Amino acid sequence: MFTQTTALKLRDRVLRSPLVDLLTGPHGVDRYTELVEPTWTLGDSRAKVVAVRRQTSRSVTLTLEPNAAFAAEPAFLAGQHVNLTVEVDGRRQTRCYSPANAERDRLVELTIGVHDDGLVSQHLYRNARVGMVVGLDGIGGDFTLPAVRPRRILFVAGGSGITPVLSMLRTLVDEGSDCEIAFLHYARTPQEACYREEVDAMPGVLVLRGYSRAADAGRLRGYVDADQLASAMPDPDAVYVCGPRSLVDAVMEHCPHAQSESFVPPVFAVPSEVSGGTVVFADSGVDVVDDGSSLLEQAEAAGLSPQSGCRMGICHTCTRRKTSGAIRNLITGAVSTADEEDVQICVSAPVGDVELAL
Amino acid sequence: MTTTLERAIDQTTEDTAEGSSQQAITKTVGGRPVTMTPEMAEAFGRELDELRARVVADLGERDATYIRRVVKAQRALEVGGRAMLFAGILPPAWLAGTTMLAASKILDNMEIGHNVMHGQYDWMGDPALTSRDFEWDSACPSDQWRHSHNYMHHTYTNIVDMDRDIGYGILRMSEDQRWVPYYLGNPVYAFLLMVFFQYGVALHELETERIRSGDISIADKRETLVGIWHKVRRQTLKDYVAFPLLAGPFAPWVFTGNLTANLIRNVWSYAIIFCGHFPDGTQEFSKAETENESRGMWYFRQILGSANLTGGKFFHLMSGNLSFQIEHHLFPDIPAFRHAEIAPEVQAICERYGIPYNVGPLPQQFATVVRKICRLALPWR
Repeated sequence: MFTQTTALKLRDRVLRSPLVDLLTGPHGVDRYTELVEPTWTLGDSRAKVVAVRRQTSRSVTLTLEPNAAFAAEPAFLAGQHVNLTVEVDGRRQTRCYSPANAERDRLVELTIGVHDDGLVSQHLYRNARVGMVVGLDGIGGDFTLPAVRPRRILFVAGGSGITPVLSMLRTLVDEGSDCEIAFLHYARTPQEACYREEVDAMPGVLVLRGYSRAADAGRLRGYVDADQLASAMPDPDAVYVCGPRSLVDAVMEHCPHAQSESFVPPVFAVPSEVSGGTVVFADSGVDVVDDGSSLLEQAEAAGLSPQSGCRMGICHTCTRRKTSGAIRNLITGAVSTADEEDVQICVSAPVGDVELAL
Repeated sequence: MTTTLERAIDQTTEDTAEGSSQQAITKTVGGRPVTMTPEMAEAFGRELDELRARVVADLGERDATYIRRVVKAQRALEVGGRAMLFAGILPPAWLAGTTMLAASKILDNMEIGHNVMHGQYDWMGDPALTSRDFEWDSACPSDQWRHSHNYMHHTYTNIVDMDRDIGYGILRMSEDQRWVPYYLGNPVYAFLLMVFFQYGVALHELETERIRSGDISIADKRETLVGIWHKVRRQTLKDYVAFPLLAGPFAPWVFTGNLTANLIRNVWSYAIIFCGHFPDGTQEFSKAETENESRGMWYFRQILGSANLTGGKFFHLMSGNLSFQIEHHLFPDIPAFRHAEIAPEVQAICERYGIPYNVGPLPQQFATVVRKICRLALPWR
């Protein structure tokens, strides 16, 4: 074990040396090693698919073996999300998913719910296979358990929103936690409830289920309400909810201190009036008249192709330096006027003239 | 870059709408008058726009697979060639290694570098193939190339006093360039440029002719110089110091192999590039002719100013598909192997509008270029 680690370190030091950089210039060592094995990259965080399961007819579960570059990222905490990058018809697409694996697992497990017009989810459901290599990076998110675990925890999940919750459950089980746990899972039908058997078999976890399209099948009847939450666990120390916006909102109404995560894109309020200012994409030498949409959409409409990912303000792939001008956050409505600040262009719309380093 | 280009076109189109519309242009090509009226240009431009839109809508997996295959071949040739040169003391190994390395450098600069930097694969979203970040195995820093080539040359193609690619500030390549005694050395400068082509390209953005004429001072170009210095230093260290030293006692063979590979790449790319705009029949334009230029007229200028080369599939690959210079200049940001595919259609459209389509084999086209270089050295031409 020791010699293996030393060998790894030596190999890393050689590959990262200025000499190798010079010899493999101007493309860099990764552009050569990746042709031997696509995951052999020092700079690009990638993973290989080692297992594919289709647990339900509307989801696909991928088990991923990340490369060393991923391991160099900040450690994953249960409940956080990652950016998954795949190529669909020659074009790179990045989406945000919450892994379902426990905190210290070597392998990353993603369960992807299939959306009817989801480009990436449809692609993965149809084409994911063992050996496929994907981009995997950008671990982040505040939907996590505190280092000192709460004593009594109530989890609520809707549909494929189960994944970050399952990551927390698996982590707590791994830790041999003796805290009191209740879990409410809402799905459309029993057949579409992912991880049903595994969760049911978890020791010390009270599991209650509700089905929107098979009302009689679960123990929970109708929409989530105070009674359902109380019947699972009255006065919990911490509440975690992940699912569609409506579910999150309903739970937050009863438990205002709940931690929440929602992966369904928020509906942007269409600005009632367009500022009509000038948006300058300085690096590209392009300027356009503001049409009220997000900076990302306006850049794309102008023929630019800035990097972007989730398009909903989560992944920060699209972050760019705003050199001057005011912008409004399309989700929060907050207006920011500071010069020289990094903004997420997918959820920012101009207020008057804006200059962007793009 | 293309966006800048398109914007420049939009700008001219807008100007046309506001101001006086452009006059018809007549050029004499091969003794025959060729006329483009604004009305013709409108319909002509629309047909080409539609052709481009059709290709863009079809971009996908096939293009991604193609460019990745070329990249893989280039990297394999490079690694194989360099490895072979370590055994360069054996003449067959030296010959094979040098050939492979030269082929790798040609692919890297032409089918990959030049084309990727045009943004032909930007739609893929692959950071390794984006125009903004790509750097090529050449002495010229890619960011400077993107400005002088993608923007200046491709927007103002063959407009005398605007397109610095007419003679690169060194040569007299058009009758419209005023003769001065310096141009007596035209053939000598052209030969030297061929041998040291990558350095010639590297110095392009320095605009030495403007420094010579006192238009700007060398201090104005400090940043450009620093960029060139950094790139040239690294390229030189790699090919002429690091790899030879790694070979130990076989350093001389590695050194000469690398030198020869760079020379082959220089001569080849020079030949292909000079055949793009300088063969007999290609037209230059004056600033006045291109005032208020519409998109259709812009296409017309690109076609009359460019020339294609005939050859087989392998020839086109090794020329970076610049053998389809006409198509490349019409649509610089669609993948180059698509230029080969649409060439018959472009030619058919040109035929319908009576526009000459300049095409010929490399030796013939290059011979006319050499003749022009010698002819224009003399004042009475």
